[in-house]
Amino acid sequence: MNFPILSSLILLPTIGALFILFTKSSSEKYQSSKYVALFISLANFLLSLYLWYVFDKNTVDFQFVENRVWLSGFINYKVGIDGISILFVILTTFITPICIISVNATITNRLKDFLIAILIMETFMIGVFCSLDLVVFYLFFEAGLIPMFLIIGIWGGERRVYSAFKFFLYTLLGSVLMLVAIISIYWITGTTDVEKLYELGIKAEYQNLLWLAFFSSFAVKTPMWPVHTWLPDAHVEAPTVGSVLLAAILLKMAGYGFIRFSLGLFPLASENFTMLVYILSLIAIIYTSLVALMQEDMKKLIAYSSVAHMGFVTLGIFTMTQQGIEGSIFQMISHGLVSAALFLSVGVVYERHHTRLINKYGGLVSIMPRYAIVFMVFTLGALGLPGTSGFIGEFLILMGAFEKNILVAMIASLGVILGAAYMLWLFKRVVFGEIANQELKSMKDLKTFEIITLTALVVPILFFGFYPEPLMNSIEASVENTLNMYNFDLINNLASKD
Amino acid sequence: MENLQYILPEIFISASIMLFLLFGVFKKNSANLIYNLATISLVILLALIINLSSFNKIYLFNSSYLIDNLSNYMKIILVGSGIFVMLTGSRYIQVINLNKIEYPILILSSILGMMIMISSNDLIVFYMGLELQSLALYVLASFNRDNLLSTESGLKYFVLSALSSGLLLYGCSLIYGFSESTNFDQILINSTEFNYGTTFGIVFILVGLAFKISAVPFHMWAPDVYQGSPTSVTLFFAILPKIAALSVFIKFLYTPFANMNDQWQTIIVFISIASMIFGAVAAIGQKNLKRLIAYSSISHMGYALAGLATVSNQGIQSSITYISIYLVMNLAFFSCLFMLKRNDKYYENIEDLSGLSKKHPILSFSLLIVLFSLAGIPPLAGFFAKFYVFLAVIEQSMYFLAIVGLLATVVAAFYYLRIIKIIYFDPEKEEFETSHNLGLKITLAISTIFILAYFIYPRSITEIVSKITMI
Repeated sequence: MNFPILSSLILLPTIGALFILFTKSSSEKYQSSKYVALFISLANFLLSLYLWYVFDKNTVDFQFVENRVWLSGFINYKVGIDGISILFVILTTFITPICIISVNATITNRLKDFLIAILIMETFMIGVFCSLDLVVFYLFFEAGLIPMFLIIGIWGGERRVYSAFKFFLYTLLGSVLMLVAIISIYWITGTTDVEKLYELGIKAEYQNLLWLAFFSSFAVKTPMWPVHTWLPDAHVEAPTVGSVLLAAILLKMAGYGFIRFSLGLFPLASENFTMLVYILSLIAIIYTSLVALMQEDMKKLIAYSSVAHMGFVTLGIFTMTQQGIEGSIFQMISHGLVSAALFLSVGVVYERHHTRLINKYGGLVSIMPRYAIVFMVFTLGALGLPGTSGFIGEFLILMGAFEKNILVAMIASLGVILGAAYMLWLFKRVVFGEIANQELKSMKDLKTFEIITLTALVVPILFFGFYPEPLMNSIEASVENTLNMYNFDLINNLASKD
Repeated sequence: MENLQYILPEIFISASIMLFLLFGVFKKNSANLIYNLATISLVILLALIINLSSFNKIYLFNSSYLIDNLSNYMKIILVGSGIFVMLTGSRYIQVINLNKIEYPILILSSILGMMIMISSNDLIVFYMGLELQSLALYVLASFNRDNLLSTESGLKYFVLSALSSGLLLYGCSLIYGFSESTNFDQILINSTEFNYGTTFGIVFILVGLAFKISAVPFHMWAPDVYQGSPTSVTLFFAILPKIAALSVFIKFLYTPFANMNDQWQTIIVFISIASMIFGAVAAIGQKNLKRLIAYSSISHMGYALAGLATVSNQGIQSSITYISIYLVMNLAFFSCLFMLKRNDKYYENIEDLSGLSKKHPILSFSLLIVLFSLAGIPPLAGFFAKFYVFLAVIEQSMYFLAIVGLLATVVAAFYYLRIIKIIYFDPEKEEFETSHNLGLKITLAISTIFILAYFIYPRSITEIVSKITMI
């Protein structure tokens, strides 16, 4: 074991946060704290890019594994990454500096605390994607609640208290059952090390209950219908940056968890419950798309569209096909970029006009032409136009779904149409049409830092739309391995029954 | 006589109590001095106990007194938290005019009683220790005698505690009658056959102990006594008697009654579940922080008892770990409470915390950490405490207990979050004083850092505790 690169990736933001905490910043809007935070998060981004560079894409094993004695010798601190998790790590380190740049647009009070919360959050998020031990995973997964609760509660909108409580209690309730399952796994198999568990396998008779316990946690976090109701509230009330973190990264923890744990540890149960996931995903896709159509609040609309998009993700994962799972991972990355961009775009106009109601806007194309262009790219990305990253994900997921179940795939395809409907309608109402009122005319076009952040998001959305190869390359071997293990277990189980 | 070296701590503390008493009577206005001397004597006491901790299993006085790993560890955390209780409360009792010589002396006698309880290996010795600590606690609860609430709480505690002591004593006599001995080991040997007399005895003793530990359904005194007593006494109540009662619990269940676990296991599971749920639900409506922490400690005792219900060494160790982490969290919480002072008045309502974070960022951050830890959110120490307990509970396949317990944490999380909401989200109020005594600041700093950094080296407590084996 060489330099502990993953641990440093995890710890660097926390060190930055401590640094900000203990330095007395002058009252000048805490500019210096902001630069420190930006510097740390950019350094972390570069470190993760370096990680991608040295990462060996051809092997399916976990790489950069660190294993330390931690909890009285029987549960170890173990981190490592494979082709799937590295993408989420990079997504996290990429979104965080963007959040930090856009901070001063929306956050007026207690900037220093806010930066600390974001950096701590980054630590936990990277930790979730790197951990190779169930207890360590749970630790990071749950710890993320604390900073997010504060971000929504302190810097949120009018109903922030209600939303923060709802967010916290919903996700906590979902997760406690996962804790029971994790401890049970420890007593059933004698380890919580994910790699060892892959080898050992879990006995068939336990799998269904354990799967349900994990599902309760991931379903809330994804969020799947019918436990999605915390998300619109949390999104609407959270400050722009909070929404970005929530949509871009927090929701992906659950999708990642499905692939890593539900599929990897409980293949038999996953097979049993496939239909359940299909049905919930389809309801999420169709129902929340319809709900999104009727929203009058921009953030709420995007929040519901997130639920629909995550419905595609869960659908894709449980097709158990190479295309479906690759598509889901791609969709998660793409949705991470697009939803972050959309929330930032809403933030841009909200900051100028102080309302999120769609009918207060209109005709922005003549007032803010640059804004109209980037917003268009994001809209098209969200509805999955070919040439944007959104298309590749949805296309692969539908391909996988057609292979398994044509009816499911056809219903899901309806969701694509509905997605186009609500996104284009939103775009039409906000950007085109008559200028709704005179105050809008005084709105200024994008500022420099907004151009930087939004362009930083436009580039990957278009780039990966045209050339998805780098991402695909990275995940291909790992997805294949996951599926092989999965099929191997299924066949073994059939053989043992006969 | 050669045995005396093993009870040197007890001899030392008894001698210092008598010395301080004489000193206080003959020298006027020596309250401050005695307070400080008492603190120092506790430090010496701690050193003496640590010095003895290398011995394992020593029976004294016709095996009515036992020094083993369990008693040593429990005494260490008992006296250790006693020191911090003295350190944090010193300014408080001066401000509210309670600085009398009796105060430190009563605390020392109560600690002596608890030490005897912890080491007892005989029903009579145990009862003696119990009464010594209780008598001191009655007086302490009503120490602020001009205050209506304080006298009420003292009286309430006295009446109910006397009742529970009566039940306990009746249980002891039943046990003695049916097993023909008061010695714990002898009772174990003599009670191999099932009979109703012993079962009734067990139930009565458990009721008495559950009262001392304030577990549901014998918790009624706790909220009133917590609220009415002076805060420094509440802190004492919240930690020390619980340590002593828990170790007696362990002792009773796993020495004299070890053969009859099918008799008491259901009772402990019931008490545990009832405490977890009741503590979580009842705390939601509270407005007074001391009252709220009373309900919170009821539910925490539920978790500690859940570990005991497992009938395994792992379970006992997890309970001991739980109480160790619990006492640190309580120390931190009460240290924060002692800092809510403005113009020589201490504030203890939840509303007084409104907007605290704007003017007092460090204090509110500590409270934030403590409250999230009490709620059991990772990566704070409180999570690990619960984790160990559930690890032990699930090992014995007691899934119902585990799931109910974890769901209760979600309910409990609500009221902790409510305090955090008031501290962080609500509009600010007047500033509190920022000058505090050093002991208070040190206690808060140490306990907060312990809670925050526990996850870096979580083996710290478990490795020590793993030496304690009862089965």
